[in-house]
Amino acid sequence: MAMAAWSLDMPWSAVLIMLPLAAAMLGFVFPGRAKVLGLATSVLVVFAVVGLGYRIYLHGALQHSIGGWGAPLGIELYADGLSLAMLAITALLGLAVSVYSTAYFDRRQATRFWPLWMFLLAALNALFLSADIFNLYVTLELMGLSAVALVAQAGYREALTGAMRYLLAALLGSLLYLLGVALLYQGFGTLDLAMLEARVTPVPVVWAALGAVTVGMLLKTALFPLHFWLPSAHTAAPSPVSALLSGLVVKASFYILVRYWVGVFGDLDTAVDTMLGLLGAIAVVWGSLQALRQQRLKLLVAYSTVAQIGYLFLAFPLVAAGATMAWQAVVYLALSHALAKGGLFLAVGNLQRFEGHDRILDFDRVVQRLPLTAGAIALAGASIMGLPPSGGFIGKWLLLEAALLQQRWDLVMVILLGGLLAAAYIFKILGYAFTPASGPQPTHSVPRRMEWAALSLGFAAVVMGFLAMPVLILLGIGAPFDSGWSGP
Amino acid sequence: MNAVFLYALAGVGLVGLALHALIVHASLLRKILAFNFMGSGVFLTMVALARRAGGEHPDAVPQAMVITGIVVAVAATALALNLMLELGATTRDDVLPDDDRA
Repeated sequence: MAMAAWSLDMPWSAVLIMLPLAAAMLGFVFPGRAKVLGLATSVLVVFAVVGLGYRIYLHGALQHSIGGWGAPLGIELYADGLSLAMLAITALLGLAVSVYSTAYFDRRQATRFWPLWMFLLAALNALFLSADIFNLYVTLELMGLSAVALVAQAGYREALTGAMRYLLAALLGSLLYLLGVALLYQGFGTLDLAMLEARVTPVPVVWAALGAVTVGMLLKTALFPLHFWLPSAHTAAPSPVSALLSGLVVKASFYILVRYWVGVFGDLDTAVDTMLGLLGAIAVVWGSLQALRQQRLKLLVAYSTVAQIGYLFLAFPLVAAGATMAWQAVVYLALSHALAKGGLFLAVGNLQRFEGHDRILDFDRVVQRLPLTAGAIALAGASIMGLPPSGGFIGKWLLLEAALLQQRWDLVMVILLGGLLAAAYIFKILGYAFTPASGPQPTHSVPRRMEWAALSLGFAAVVMGFLAMPVLILLGIGAPFDSGWSGP
Repeated sequence: MNAVFLYALAGVGLVGLALHALIVHASLLRKILAFNFMGSGVFLTMVALARRAGGEHPDAVPQAMVITGIVVAVAATALALNLMLELGATTRDDVLPDDDRA
C-alpha cells in the first residue's frame, strides 16, 4: 500500500523527460559509461511509463506544472490516453532498440550513438506530454536535430547526404510550424491547445495557421509528395536508427497533426481533409509499388514506410464525414506499425550483418541459417500486410469499417489494394530468404540478442492484435478524440 | 495601418524571400543562410505582434518564444554548417547530389 502511494506521488511525466536528458548529458561527459547509462535509462523509462499509466488508469488524464509554474510562462505537461499509448510504444520499441544496439555498435560508434539516442528519447517523451503549441515546437526541433545527427553519425557519403537532405526538410517543416504558432498566438492570445480550441473562430488568420502547421507537419511526417527525404535518410542510417526513425519519429509529427485536427482545426469546414485523404491514398499505392521495385532490402522497407504513412491520412476525410472512430483506427495502425517496422528494420540489420550486403537477390538460404531473424520478418510482415490476428489487421479492419460506414468505396479499394501490394513486397523478401544464392558467400556471425530483439518486436506487433479492447479503452481515457477536448 | 503592422508584414515578407532562396539555390551555404533569414522573419513577426497585443507594456510570451527560438536556430545552424563541411570534405562539392539513392 505504501508502495502504491509512493508511486502515485511521483511526478512521472517529469521523470520521463528528465531521465533520458540526464543520461544523454552524462553520456557525453563519460563516454565510457554511455552504453550502460543508455540501457539502464531505457529500462527505467519503461517503469516510469507503467507508473504514469497506473496513475492515469486510477485518476484519469493528468496535468503537471513543472516546478509549480503554470501557464502562460511556466511549462505544463499533460497526459491522456493518447499520450500514454504513444509513450508506451516509444518505451517498448526504445528498449528493444537499446538491447539491440548494445551488440550492434562498436566501441567508437557507441560513444556517439548513445547520447544522441537519449536526446531523441527525451524529445519524444516531451513531445507526447506537451499540451502547449510552443513546447511542441521546441520538442520537434530537439527531435529533428538529434535524429539528423543519428543519421549522419555513420560518416560515409550516403549517410551525410541523407542527413543533409533530412535536415533541410526538418528545418523547413519546423519553421513553418513556428510561423503557424506565431499566427495562432497573435489571433487568440494563448498557446494552450485546449484553450485555443475553445477560442478559435473561422477568421483568415486561422486559415493561414492551418496551412503553415499542416504543411510543416506533412514535411516531417513524409506524406507523398513530401516524402523525398525519407528513403535516403532511413536507408543510410544504421539499422537501429532506421527503426527509431520509421517507428517513432515520423509518428511524432503525425501525433501533432492529430492533436491539432481533433481540436483547433477540427470544426473548420475545409476541403483540406479531402486533399489529405487523396494524398494518403496516392502514398499507399505509389509507396507500395516503389517498395516492390527496389533491389535493396533497406530501401524496400523505407518505401514501405512511405506507403504505411499514407494509411494514416485516410482518417482525415472519414473523420470530416463524421466517422470519429477513424482516429482510433489510424492511431492503432500507427502503434502497430511502429512495432512491426521497428522489428523489420532490426531484422534487416541482422541480414546485413550476416551477409555483408542488403541485395535481396543475393540472399542465401537465410531461413535455415538465421531462423529467428526470418521469423521476425514473417511476424512483422504479417502485421504490415494486415493479416489476422496481428495489430496491423485490427487497425486496418477498424479503418475499413469506418470507410464502409461512410460508403467510401474508393477508400475501401485503396485499403485492400495496399494490403495486397504489401503482401507482394513482404513475400519478395521471404521468397529470396528461402532460396540459395548463386555462389557460396562469406558470412559473419550475428549476436543472439540482436536476433531476439528483432523477433520480440515482430512478436509484439502480432500480440497487438489480441489487445484491441484494452488499447481502445486506453485510448479513450481523457477523451482525446472528442471535439471539445476537456484538457487542462 | 501602423508601425507594428509594417514590422509584421516585413517579417512575413522575409519568410517568403527566404523560401524562394531555399528553393532556387542549390548551394548548401545559401540554403542554410535562407533558413536563418526565414527564422529572422518569423521572429520579427512574433516580436511585432507582441507589441500589438498588450497596451502599454509589450506581451512577454512572444519575447520568451523568440529567445528560445534563437537558441534553437543557433543549434540548428551549427549542426547544418558542420554537416555541410563534412559533406564538402567527402564530395568536394557544396551541393547535394541529385540522386544518390541507388
